[in-house]
Amino acid sequence: MKMTGAQMICESLVREGVEVIFGILGGAVLPLYDTFPQYPQLRHILVRHEQGAAHAADGYARATGKVGVCMATSGPGATNLVTGIANAHLDSVPVVAITGQVARPFIGKDAFQEVDITGITLPITKHNYLVLDAASLPRIVKEAFYLAKSGRPGPVLIDIPRDVFIDQAEFHYPSKVDLPGYKPTLQGHPAQIKKTAKLINEAQRPLIIAGRGVIISRAFTELKQLVEKAQVPVVTTLLGISCFPESHVLSYGMLGMHGMAYANMAVDAADLVIAIGMRFDDRATAKVSGFAPHANIIHIDIDPAEIGKNVRVDVPIVGDVKAVLQELNKLIISAEHIDWVQQLDDWRKEHPSTVIRDSEGLLPQFVIRKIYEVTQGKAIIVTGVGQNQRGAAQHYWYNKPNSLISSGGLGTMGFELPAAMGVKVGCPNETVWCIAGDGGFQMTIQELATIVQEKIAVKIAILNNGYLGMVRQWQEMFYKKRYVATPLSGPDFVKIADAYGFPGLRVKHKEEVVPAIQKATEEQGPFLIDFAIEPEENVYPMVPPGAALAEVLEEPKKEAEVLSDSAKLPVSNI
Amino acid sequence: MATTKHTIVALVEDKPGVLNRMASLFRRRGFNIESIAVGHSEVPHLSRMTIVVGGATTMVEQVRKHLDKLVDVVKVSDITGDDMIARELALIKVKATSSTRSEIIQIVDIFRANIVDVASDSVTIEVTGDEEKINSLFNLLRGFGIKEITRTGRIAMTRGGSGSLPVQKKSPKARAKGQKTSR
Repeated sequence: MKMTGAQMICESLVREGVEVIFGILGGAVLPLYDTFPQYPQLRHILVRHEQGAAHAADGYARATGKVGVCMATSGPGATNLVTGIANAHLDSVPVVAITGQVARPFIGKDAFQEVDITGITLPITKHNYLVLDAASLPRIVKEAFYLAKSGRPGPVLIDIPRDVFIDQAEFHYPSKVDLPGYKPTLQGHPAQIKKTAKLINEAQRPLIIAGRGVIISRAFTELKQLVEKAQVPVVTTLLGISCFPESHVLSYGMLGMHGMAYANMAVDAADLVIAIGMRFDDRATAKVSGFAPHANIIHIDIDPAEIGKNVRVDVPIVGDVKAVLQELNKLIISAEHIDWVQQLDDWRKEHPSTVIRDSEGLLPQFVIRKIYEVTQGKAIIVTGVGQNQRGAAQHYWYNKPNSLISSGGLGTMGFELPAAMGVKVGCPNETVWCIAGDGGFQMTIQELATIVQEKIAVKIAILNNGYLGMVRQWQEMFYKKRYVATPLSGPDFVKIADAYGFPGLRVKHKEEVVPAIQKATEEQGPFLIDFAIEPEENVYPMVPPGAALAEVLEEPKKEAEVLSDSAKLPVSNI
Repeated sequence: MATTKHTIVALVEDKPGVLNRMASLFRRRGFNIESIAVGHSEVPHLSRMTIVVGGATTMVEQVRKHLDKLVDVVKVSDITGDDMIARELALIKVKATSSTRSEIIQIVDIFRANIVDVASDSVTIEVTGDEEKINSLFNLLRGFGIKEITRTGRIAMTRGGSGSLPVQKKSPKARAKGQKTSR
């Protein structure tokens, strides 16, 4: 059947199961948008800036496991996607970005709104395409979705000249892809798995470091089986949070620069580290030469290029986490590591990293803890980057699989609101809380208009300290309190919410926190709470830059007067 | 970390932008590509590429893995340590007068090179061999005055029966093996 290029794209998107597209139109993609009325099953959400489209597609993909789709016109539309594409690339998120391009005869002539977006996105996409004839569109869309979601997921960009949308060609949707250069290894090598099982069965102080790969692979059950059978304690990376229930007796929280002191001590003392679906990011390992000094290291990852990249690895297994763990679990002998687990529990008692001290003022960690309590830990939390992110990672306990969505690799401030929007669109029945700082929130604040227009009921908590707080903390600790360019004014966020047409509250005192969160929960639509928190509150524990994990700084003791708070976790709340 | 010269051969799809994708991975790490040679392979739509690059072995291995991840790269290996045949071709235009021409021809003969163009004030020589041979010829001819030289860069393949990069679909098993040895 003959179709226009634009129809072929819509037809292909429908066949790939796409339900929603985040985007902004413009001259070059106008012919594509013009066909949308013929495809009512494709919901288009008009964002207010293309960065928001990319982050929303990213959030949607992380929450649902499906491919997120964003769309923009040529030139500035395309370049505005770049931050969001890079963000998805670093966190291995399946996103397909479709951009319009100037018509073929104008390419390379600096035409109006022309930019070489395939050139620009070369290092931040898994793959990208410039489509030069309409007939190849079905194959390219098919390949793009396959590449985005298979193997190690990532963003794929398709750049389509304006006249290709209009050209007609025969539509044949291929049933499979033919990519001789792309064959991801899914099954782990049996000999390596055997070697791994032997090491686990013989270890005295084994420790699992679980990352986002567990979530991508949906290997929650397999991981739990391994942990319980071999009685191996678990710590996670930031993006690994919620791959394993955090209130499990063998869960010891997050490791890394702002990880739990006891998690970092566990890495330091372990004799075997089983790294699963993580990539030894520098924020997780701290000083590489001081990382897990007594341990053999097993690294399970789908990407062979991650093996041995940052940290020496004794046994690598390239494969899909779920498939590898299924095989591995067959070879694991039931074991107990009573002394080792006791040791970790003692450390957790001696170094209680999640204690919230009593204070006059409103502490950010107190707010996050209350969100946890009111939502009973059932919400999906989407964070910005900085202190709000670290606080949300530490003081909310994630027992529900895949319930923390955060920008890890790129560390993109401004991710929170558009990503939360995408999460809510993908999971309309879930409660979605966007935990933001006042700095990051102002970077993508324009998407408030989108959530109102599209009736996306995101709950927003702004932890407002009037600073770019994480950087201020570094200035306090390492730059002698010279607060250069970190003090930050902002608008009255409640009035902003009102101006956009939805309700909000400002909270200054501790006793107002719970009622405000409850009010937000009861509200049908979006709701914003502006929490006026202690301006110079720091995030602890902290491993200073350049130090090893074991050299962790904890909250100064004099202030650690403990708040009598309902214990949600066995030991971390002393 | 010691820098060594690496010879990387790759089988790639014959598509626009492939060279850019590959070169970009070296550029990003600050590697200078010494030479790169590309031409059609024995299979339609696939090209074979030889890249020579200096760098620490661990870093080059990291780049090789990233090259392998590129969708348009079918296969890539670092054959530096293998028993290989490596050649390049150079065209050298040398100043030649009636008094020096015969001496130049003698040198050319010794090197089993060819004279491919003669003009009143110059000769152009075509020479094939490894870099050392071309460098020696270049040094001998320098005294006459080199007007221009152009070199193809190295092309290479391993010796023996099996090709260094045979055209065949990689089985997952072969990949897993490769990854084990490549650590």
